[in-house]
Amino acid sequence: MRIECPMCGSRDRREFYYQGAAVMLARPDPQAHEADWEAYLHLRENPAGPTRELWQHDGGCGAWLVVTRDTVSHQISDTQLAADVKRAMGKAS
Amino acid sequence: MRVAGKGVIDRSKAVSFSFDGRRYSGFAGDTVASALLANGVSLMGRSFKYHRPRGVLSAGSEEPNALITTGTGAGQEPNVRATVQEIYEGLVTRSQNAWPSLDFDVMAVNDLAAPFLGAGFYYKTFMWPKRFWEAVYEPVIRKAAGLGALSGQNNPDTYERAYAFCDLLVIGAGPAGLMAALTAARAGADVILADEDSLMGGRLNAESGAVGHQSGAVWAAGIVAQLSAMDNVRLMSRTTVTGAYDGGMYGALERVNQHTGIRGAGAPLEAFWRISARHSILAAGALERPIAFRNNDRPGIMTAGAVRAYLNRWGVAPGKRVAVFGNNDDAHRTARDLAAAGVHVVALIDSRPDAVIEGATFPVFKGAQVCNSGGRKALESITIRTDSGEEALQVDCLAMSGGWNPTVHLTCHMNGRPSWREDIQAFVPTPGSIPDMTVAGACNGVFSTRACLSDGVEAARTALGALGRKAPAEMALPEAEDTPYALSPLWAVAGAGRAWLDFQNDVSVKDIKQAAAENFSSVEHMKRYTTQGMATDQGKNSNVAALAILADATGRGIPQTGTTTFRPPYAPVAIAAMGAGAQGHGFAPERHTTSHKRSVAMGAPMIEAGLWYRPSYFPKAGETTWQQSCDREVGYVRKAVGICDVSTLGKIDIQGPDAARLLDFVYTNMFSTLPVGRVRYGVMLREDGTVMDDGTTARLGAEHFVMTTTTAAAGNVMRHLEFVCQALHPEWEVSCTSVTEQWAQFAVAGPMARALLNGMLDKPIDNESWPFMACGDVQLGGVAGRLFRISFSGEHAYEIAVPSRYGAAAFDALLGRAEQMGGGAYGMEALNVLRIEKGFITHAEIEGRATAFDIGMARMISAKKDCIGKTMAARPGLVDALRPQLVGLKPVEPGGRLTAGAHLFEREAPAIRENSKGHVSSVCYSPELGMMIGLGFFAAGPARHAEVIRLVDHLRKVETEVEICHPVFLDPQGERARG
Ligand SMILES: [Zn+2]
Repeated sequence: MRIECPMCGSRDRREFYYQGAAVMLARPDPQAHEADWEAYLHLRENPAGPTRELWQHDGGCGAWLVVTRDTVSHQISDTQLAADVKRAMGKAS
Repeated sequence: MRVAGKGVIDRSKAVSFSFDGRRYSGFAGDTVASALLANGVSLMGRSFKYHRPRGVLSAGSEEPNALITTGTGAGQEPNVRATVQEIYEGLVTRSQNAWPSLDFDVMAVNDLAAPFLGAGFYYKTFMWPKRFWEAVYEPVIRKAAGLGALSGQNNPDTYERAYAFCDLLVIGAGPAGLMAALTAARAGADVILADEDSLMGGRLNAESGAVGHQSGAVWAAGIVAQLSAMDNVRLMSRTTVTGAYDGGMYGALERVNQHTGIRGAGAPLEAFWRISARHSILAAGALERPIAFRNNDRPGIMTAGAVRAYLNRWGVAPGKRVAVFGNNDDAHRTARDLAAAGVHVVALIDSRPDAVIEGATFPVFKGAQVCNSGGRKALESITIRTDSGEEALQVDCLAMSGGWNPTVHLTCHMNGRPSWREDIQAFVPTPGSIPDMTVAGACNGVFSTRACLSDGVEAARTALGALGRKAPAEMALPEAEDTPYALSPLWAVAGAGRAWLDFQNDVSVKDIKQAAAENFSSVEHMKRYTTQGMATDQGKNSNVAALAILADATGRGIPQTGTTTFRPPYAPVAIAAMGAGAQGHGFAPERHTTSHKRSVAMGAPMIEAGLWYRPSYFPKAGETTWQQSCDREVGYVRKAVGICDVSTLGKIDIQGPDAARLLDFVYTNMFSTLPVGRVRYGVMLREDGTVMDDGTTARLGAEHFVMTTTTAAAGNVMRHLEFVCQALHPEWEVSCTSVTEQWAQFAVAGPMARALLNGMLDKPIDNESWPFMACGDVQLGGVAGRLFRISFSGEHAYEIAVPSRYGAAAFDALLGRAEQMGGGAYGMEALNVLRIEKGFITHAEIEGRATAFDIGMARMISAKKDCIGKTMAARPGLVDALRPQLVGLKPVEPGGRLTAGAHLFEREAPAIRENSKGHVSSVCYSPELGMMIGLGFFAAGPARHAEVIRLVDHLRKVETEVEICHPVFLDPQGERARG
């Protein structure tokens, strides 16, 4: 499997560290309801199909990435810098 | 025996090798199989289960029978296919799975017991009595199981891992693959052409038909020569593409030196490649399938295509009197080629009554079948069944063909299922099974030479289109055989006795029928019940026939019956090749500190800390136990001065206007209030509220901090900081850089620490200029370093950091002065004692479950700010007063023994799991207190100091009454560190 790092280009997936679902970007407010915190920390979808997940190019440039990967075919359809995704989330809200 | 004038071997180069201790001679270009056949040897192995005598069945890597062991001693290699192994001068080979000899094998009695050893035998027999399993059944089965044996010694051979990148990977260099590679190469694509054979050309080397005005072999050699002259083409012969993986990755095994006697001196035996290809063309050809009939496994019975290969490529007639038996036109070629070469063809038996057989100069039986064979260790006769009855023919070789199976294996590696084609009675790849792969030639069900050449060009056009390249306007196709392939299905000849399907695992037609009768009618169940296709050849010769028989037995069609899944690797790969470079010291990288050499020279046993190596203790003459060394080293620090390399702790340089904000967010306590020139201890949590790590962070400037982490968590903390900076707060202006490797850092600890430093620093320090928790730049013999007044021992202590290139010199200098002052180096054992005496925690305490509350640091979670983990750390369950919390433990009797990992119980409670109220995390012998002490966790422990409880270690049979106490055993006010 290969991942397209926006900084480094197409690289072998063994250069990357896998973290989990990209919901980790949306950290709740400290005062948020405990159900929000539970969802943030513990509840995860398990889709058969496209899913957004966090990878870090820790064997390369160190960038955290949001990778859109199909869990059925393993095809990666999109890769973005997590920082860009987070900034866009800030603008949207 | 050799046939004059045939074959592409080099008859000017004789090569001698041995098989089972006897010397044989062959020619350069021979495999062990072709050379043995040329020498009249047809018995090459014994089958796995019944130990039946077996000869070669095929001429390629799909071979199920002729498995041999090559080499001797530590370098011996089992289960090598004689059909793949090329001979070289001095090659030593042996048969396997036979004792005492191939000729007389005691275990052949299994064959007589066969009625009791059929499908499901293991499952039915070894059920009871239960206690027999470990004592009797398993040892017996293990002894009898397995094919060839490993030497049991360390593998002395070297292997390599290699990587390659290309636009187009062409798998297989037969007519389709060669044309595909040539077409793509002419279009300028970067092409890798991989073929598992030593000689490219595929079936062209095994057939007698012409391509253009040349023989197929000569034409192929010409194309290979053209390709090898092109800079954008890489030819990889002896390279089996073993697997297709996500994102255009392919695994491939290259047999670099398996065909030479070159060993050692850096010459790899094999190389395991990872090939990244933007597109691939699978031109892997097809595998011929045998026909099942009674005793169809005698040495001398082989596939018709293999007989042609031995004749046309290696110039070997596998017999003097040969019969050919098939259900298709392709088999006729074998009879014609043999007859043309002057080999006596006893009969051509075609199962089809309406078969059209041209140019026959030999007896022909249409609508007939071979229904039995005779002979013991070699074929002597066959019985054929015609309309007029049964008849025996004296033959020493039978060429059989049940048709051809496209080599679909790689297209199944990503969950693809092949599709059934009724016209060729075979599975073909389902398009799109592997992204960016095009299938061409015989493995796509295209069987004539001419059609394969053309299909190769077409596949290349498709690939070039996908690659965005312009295909060459015209590719001239040479004239070649273009006869249609016609067959009618014949999987098994009816009759009594055992008709073999899976030769390697001894699975017969009867076994498949029995599985169906016992309701193992799903193909996956049948496979496991009978072991069909589960041998090292993965049933390449037999799976389709087994399916057909299962389909028949269950009254379903073949497509409804389905197929089992082929998984990587296509052909066996030695673990040593996949793990090349990872044997012995290559298993994991080793990180050495700058004091490593000196420590080793001082005799210190080095222990692993992650990838790092750290000294356990530094033995001195006269000391006989590590404890003596450890106690002495503890004494250095408590009474004089000790030196310890602490460079392995993670060091992260944090800079930027928002550096303090980042630290406030990742640590529970405040860092924005830390003055420049000061150090503060901090605890960081995971977002779920448990402790992630602890350590000190120094403020070197308004926007400049250096964080230290524990050795174990350095990588995790760095990743965590990057996550916070990039994924949670990209708006912060701060950057984090790991500088662990850049700085060598040494603890200088003990009452004489300042005196030691003042003899070395360019400018002396005192308690006013450098109080406890101060930090800053210093000069050490003209070298710019950093000094931190921090203590992990409770003593007056410093850590001094210098650029790594000065580390070894600094360690020597510090150590030299320490020794003059009655001190010396201390290792991990002493460091552990020193910190336990002071109640300082490590990852033995913060092991992923402990919260800040548990370690008595709940008050460190600042109320003035948010931080990672703060919200969840406040959950009621994480601050429950009854949670096990950090306590000190000391034995009631001074000689009492404490063990880490022991459980803690109330004094009167039985020591059972339900009653456990905590555990011991760290213990040591404290020279200062003259007894063992420990840290541990006990329910509501902080409220129960001075009470006596019970420590029980069921594993080590230790039971000790211990007193709960404060975790700080020494100098509770911390006066020594401040002095
Ligand atoms: Zn990168």
